Amino acid sequence: MSDAVQRPAAPRGARITAITSGKGGVGKTFVAANLAAALARTGERVLVLDADLGLANLDVVLNLAARVTLHDVFTGRATLDEALQPAPGGFSVLLAGSGLVEYSRMTPEVRDKLLAVIDQVRPRFDHVLLDTGAGISDVVLFTVSLADEVLVVATPEPTSLTDAYATVKVLASTQAARPMHLLVNQVQRVGEGRAVRAQLQQVVDRFVNTTLAEPLNLALLGEVPLDPSVRESVQRRQLLMESLPGCPAAIALGVAAGKLLVP
Amino acid sequence: MPPSTSPSSAAVRPSAAAPLRLDNALTLLRQAGQAEPPFPPGSADYLQALIDQLVDLSSRDPLSGLANRRNFEVALAREVDRVARSGESALLLMVDIDHFKRVNDSRGHAAGDLVIRAVGQALTDSVRPMDLVARIGGEEFAVLLPNCPAAFGPQVAARVRQRVARTEVALPDGPLLSVTVSVGGAFAPQWVRSTPGIWLQRADQQLYRAKAEGRDRVCLEPSAANEVSAQERELLLGGPTTRDPE
Repeated sequence: MSDAVQRPAAPRGARITAITSGKGGVGKTFVAANLAAALARTGERVLVLDADLGLANLDVVLNLAARVTLHDVFTGRATLDEALQPAPGGFSVLLAGSGLVEYSRMTPEVRDKLLAVIDQVRPRFDHVLLDTGAGISDVVLFTVSLADEVLVVATPEPTSLTDAYATVKVLASTQAARPMHLLVNQVQRVGEGRAVRAQLQQVVDRFVNTTLAEPLNLALLGEVPLDPSVRESVQRRQLLMESLPGCPAAIALGVAAGKLLVP
Repeated sequence: MPPSTSPSSAAVRPSAAAPLRLDNALTLLRQAGQAEPPFPPGSADYLQALIDQLVDLSSRDPLSGLANRRNFEVALAREVDRVARSGESALLLMVDIDHFKRVNDSRGHAAGDLVIRAVGQALTDSVRPMDLVARIGGEEFAVLLPNCPAAFGPQVAARVRQRVARTEVALPDGPLLSVTVSVGGAFAPQWVRSTPGIWLQRADQQLYRAKAEGRDRVCLEPSAANEVSAQERELLLGGPTTRDPE
């Protein structure tokens, strides 16, 4: 399945992308898993790290048994190598497991353990996608702070838009400036993603950028159409990129993944 | 790893042969009201005491006796690191005397100086000994409060403001003068390695808001949970065709 030839490590190690949404239920984990599969198809070494420590469900999306988890690494019961599992799409995953509720609050221990894991995986992959939790808790904000870039997933729905904006605002005003992408999921018409981006950018320009030394520009990574195939593949617990690679949503995710390859 | 050559961690032994020119330093310290160190001139104890006095002098604001901007910036950077490390909550307040120019213009600069001193004292009296009160500009002060839970922020900031408002400054040849302050505050982002600049900017933003909303008040940055204002929501959800009335 995966090629055994070790490619030389990227000079600076993996590019770390935090995937976040503000609101839950907008398809964040679905997007993370399918972007990873799309990147893996181009030959990139990809890891999805389930950083939703309290309420992880990457294992559910990928139909994987969380045998050895991040929790085991954190407690020293397993090594990182034992916890890294191959996922169906040709990428690796590091599952949080559901025993991590105790990590849903930030402590120096959680921080140090996460930092240690990031340090270990960075040289071994080209892309690390951090699937963060919903909301803007301290764990989410910390996880996002570890990333080189941020991908905000939103749907055109008002509550999603509002929560996405709140996330963007908190990140822009409290964390170091980094590239910030937007992926609009479940769009009902072509161009809706661009409209949503314009809408968010307009409010960012007016209320956030006036307070920043370096203005924030949201880049549209892509729009993924509302597509019955998505529901079908999610219910079958299969990756869309694997089961229905020709459907409109899969094609859109492939295009979005391509943009993540641009340095 | 090479051995540390950082001067801060090393005891420096000056060469005994080289005579040191100390007259400028001694004049400066005398002017600042510091007594000459009670050690034999030229001895290590004497030089150490002299250096300590100079360090103290260069980290203090001469008028108010508070920490100066340089000292404050060092403390702020240290606090940003500490908050990232410990996750403790820390509050930064920016305090600005309202209409200070009026005091200077109508009562003279000597009165202005008295006001600065009194406000500095009131600020110091209104916070814990572990908090740092600094004068960072003309009539602008900053208060750095480590280990201050978010729930206490409004009360702490209100106490600071009220304490100043209650203070009466006795001018040499006039009535008692009282002043008010505007206070803006922001909590350091916990766990996340931020920068002193970003934190300062956020607190400053709230100070501007307090000034704009009429002075003599406290504005703290809203917590992340209710971050989106009605105006923002309206602009966000109103559709791209919505135009500003301005």
